[in-house]
Amino acid sequence: MKPIPKSHKRLTLLLVCGVIFMFCFCYMLVPLYQWVCKQEGINGKSANSAGSAAPGMQIDYSRTIKITFTTTLHHDLKFKFLPLQQHIDIHPGERKLIYFLAENQSGKEITVQAVPSITPADAARFLKKTECFCFTQQYFLKNEKADMPVYFFIDPAVSRDIKEVTLSYTLFDVGEFIKKQKHFTQGRIDL
Amino acid sequence: MTDAAVYTQDPDSHEEHHGPEHGFKRWLFTTNHKDIGTLYLFFSFIMMFVAGAMALLVRVELFEPGKVLLNPEYFNQMTTMHGLIMVFGVIMPAMAGLANWLIPLMIGAPDMALPRLNNWSFWLLPFAFAMLISTLFMSGPAPDFGWTFYAPLSTTYGPKSTDFFIFSIHLMGASSILAALNIVVTIFNMRAPSMAWMKLPLFVWSWLVTAFLLLAVMPVLAGCVTMMLMDRHFHTSFFNAAGGGDPLLFQHVFWFFGHPEVYILILPGFGVISAIIPTFARKPLFGYRFMVYATAVIAILGFVVWMHHMFTTGAPIAAQLYFMYATMLIAVPTGIKVFNWVATIFKGSLTFETPMLFALGFLVMFTLGGFSGLMVALVPSDYQYRDSYFVVAHFHYVLVSGSLFTIIAGVYYWLPKWTGQMYNERLGQLHFWLTTIGMNVTFLPMHFLGLAGMPRRIPDYALQFTDFNQICTVGAFIFGFSQLIFLYIILKASFGKRTYQVSNQVWEGATGLEWTLPSPVPYHTFETAPVVP
Ligand SMILES: [Cu+2]
Repeated sequence: MKPIPKSHKRLTLLLVCGVIFMFCFCYMLVPLYQWVCKQEGINGKSANSAGSAAPGMQIDYSRTIKITFTTTLHHDLKFKFLPLQQHIDIHPGERKLIYFLAENQSGKEITVQAVPSITPADAARFLKKTECFCFTQQYFLKNEKADMPVYFFIDPAVSRDIKEVTLSYTLFDVGEFIKKQKHFTQGRIDL
Repeated sequence: MTDAAVYTQDPDSHEEHHGPEHGFKRWLFTTNHKDIGTLYLFFSFIMMFVAGAMALLVRVELFEPGKVLLNPEYFNQMTTMHGLIMVFGVIMPAMAGLANWLIPLMIGAPDMALPRLNNWSFWLLPFAFAMLISTLFMSGPAPDFGWTFYAPLSTTYGPKSTDFFIFSIHLMGASSILAALNIVVTIFNMRAPSMAWMKLPLFVWSWLVTAFLLLAVMPVLAGCVTMMLMDRHFHTSFFNAAGGGDPLLFQHVFWFFGHPEVYILILPGFGVISAIIPTFARKPLFGYRFMVYATAVIAILGFVVWMHHMFTTGAPIAAQLYFMYATMLIAVPTGIKVFNWVATIFKGSLTFETPMLFALGFLVMFTLGGFSGLMVALVPSDYQYRDSYFVVAHFHYVLVSGSLFTIIAGVYYWLPKWTGQMYNERLGQLHFWLTTIGMNVTFLPMHFLGLAGMPRRIPDYALQFTDFNQICTVGAFIFGFSQLIFLYIILKASFGKRTYQVSNQVWEGATGLEWTLPSPVPYHTFETAPVVP
C-alpha cells in the first residue's frame, strides 16, 4: 500500500477539526437555548426567577387581562397541588398575590420543584414575578400542607392583543436532583 | 480518443496488480473502492428486506381495527426499528455504496483517498445494526419511541435496550463521518488533473455537498445521543425538567440534525437522476451550473429551517413565521432542479429503459411529495396535519419514490458497467410498474387518512378508516414482494452466466469517464490519470 500523501493528511486533519467543532457545537446549543428562552421569556425560563418592575410603573386601568392558573403533577407524584383561585382579572401594572395549595400525600418527606410555563408565548416575558415558590426547590415533611405564594404583575408593555394569559405549573419530584441549600419556606402559610 | 487509449494498464508498473484475494478474506480486508461499494450495496439490500418485513408486519396489524397480529408494545417497536433501519441502514449505506463505486471512476482516480479508513467505515455498519437488531431478542422491549426518539420517551421512560440503541447510533455516526471524510478528501485531492470543478459530474457534486452535510450534522446526532446517555446514567438533566433541563431542547438538537439529514438522504439521489435523464434523453443536462448552485443552496438553507418540525410546541409567532417562510424558500432551488430535469427531457430523443422509468417515476412522485411538504410547511395547515397519516404519506413519497427510486434507478443504470452483464429488461420494466403501482396504492390513501384525522404511530384506529387502511396494506404487499424481482435481477446479473459482451458505453447516450472503461470494470482502474474531454 502506498503511503498517504501529505495533502490528504492535511485535509483530513482539517475535516476532523470541523467534526470535533460540530460535536462541541451540539453542547453549545444547550446554553444558547437557555439564553434565547430567557430573552423571549418562553418555556418558563424567565418565569422561574424574579423579575423587576420599571421604575414608576403605572397601573393601566383601561385594560383587563384574565389570568388562568393550572397545575399538573408530573408522572405519579402523590401530591395535592391546586390554585386557590381558578382565574383572576388583573390590570396591567397591578400587583397580585395568589396562593397555591400543596399537600404532601406521598407518605414520606419529599423535595419538589414547580416548573412554570406561560402561554401565549408572546405574553410570557411580560408576566413578571417578584416572589414565587417556583424559584427554589421546596421541602415537604410527611403529610405537610401549605399555601404557596406567587406575587406577580403584568408588565404594561404587553401587547394590547393579549386578553388572556395562562400560568401553568408542573410539580416534579426532584429527589434525585436535590440542591444543597437551606429548606426554603419563605412566604409559605403552613396549614 | 478511443476507449483503449483512455484506459491504459501497464501490468508491471505496480505491485497491486495481482487482483483480489479469494474467499471471505477478500471482503473483510478489502481496501478496493469497488469491493467496498459492493459491500455497502449488498448490506443495504439485506437491510431493506429486514426493515421491509417490519413494515409489512405494521401493515398487517393495521389491516383492521383492533388487534390483528401484534400487541401495541411490539407494534411500536416495529415502527421504530423500521424507521431507524430504513434511514440509517438502507438509504444512507446505499448512497455510500454508489459513492464508493462511482466517485473514483467519475473523477478519474485509482481509488478512494483513504482506502483503509474506507474499509473500516463499512465494517462498522454490520456491527452497529447487529447491536440494534439484537434488542429485538432481549428480554424487555426493543426501542419503542419512534425513529425520532424524543425525550423523555427515550430517556426517563426508555426501555433498557435504549443503551444499545445509543451505541449503535454512535457506530453508525462514526461510519458515516468516516465515509464522508473520505469522499471529501477524494474529490478535493484525487481528481484527474484535467477534471476541473465545473466539469465534475453532478453525482460527484451532490455527494460533495452531502459529505459536508454529514460532517456537520452527524456529530450533532452523536452529541444528542450522548446527552441521552448522560441523562440516563450519569445524573445530568439535559432533557429532564426535574433537574432544570428541558425536554423541548431535545427536539431542537434532534431536528438541527434531522432536517439536514433529509437532504443527506435525497441529494445524492438528485445526482443519480442528473446522470440518468441526460443519457436517455440524449441531450446534455440543462442548466448544469444552476444545478450545482441549487444543490449548495438547498444544503445551506437546510440548516436554518429545523423548527418547522416543532410548530405545535408553543413557539413564538415570529419564530413560526420565520421558519415557515425559510422552509418554503427551499422550494425555489428544488424547483430549479425539477425544471432543469424537465427541460432536459424536453425535445430529447427519449427511450424508456428501466433506469429512465425509475427516474421519471422519481420526477413525478418526488414532486408530489414536495408539494405535500409545502402543505406541512404552512403553519396553519400544519396544525391540522401534525402527527397524522398525512405526514407519513408525505415522507414516504419523498423517501420511497424519492431516495429509494433514485437508488434503484442508479443500480439499473450502472449494473451493466459493474457486472459486464445486461440485466433482464423485461423483468426490470415489470419491477418498475409493480413497484410504482404498489407504492402509490400504499401511500396515496394515507394522504386522505391523514386529512380525515387518523393519527400516526397507533396500532388501532377508528372504524371509518378501515377501507383505506386495507387498500394501503394490499399496496404494501405488492410493493414489498415486487422487490424480490429486483433481488432476482441483481443476482442474475451479478452471478449468472455471461451471455454476451456489453460495450464500454453500455447506453447510447451515456457520457462520462466511467463509460470509457471496459464492462465489467477491471479491479484496478485509472492508475494513470485519464484525459477529460
Ligand atoms: Cu425538516
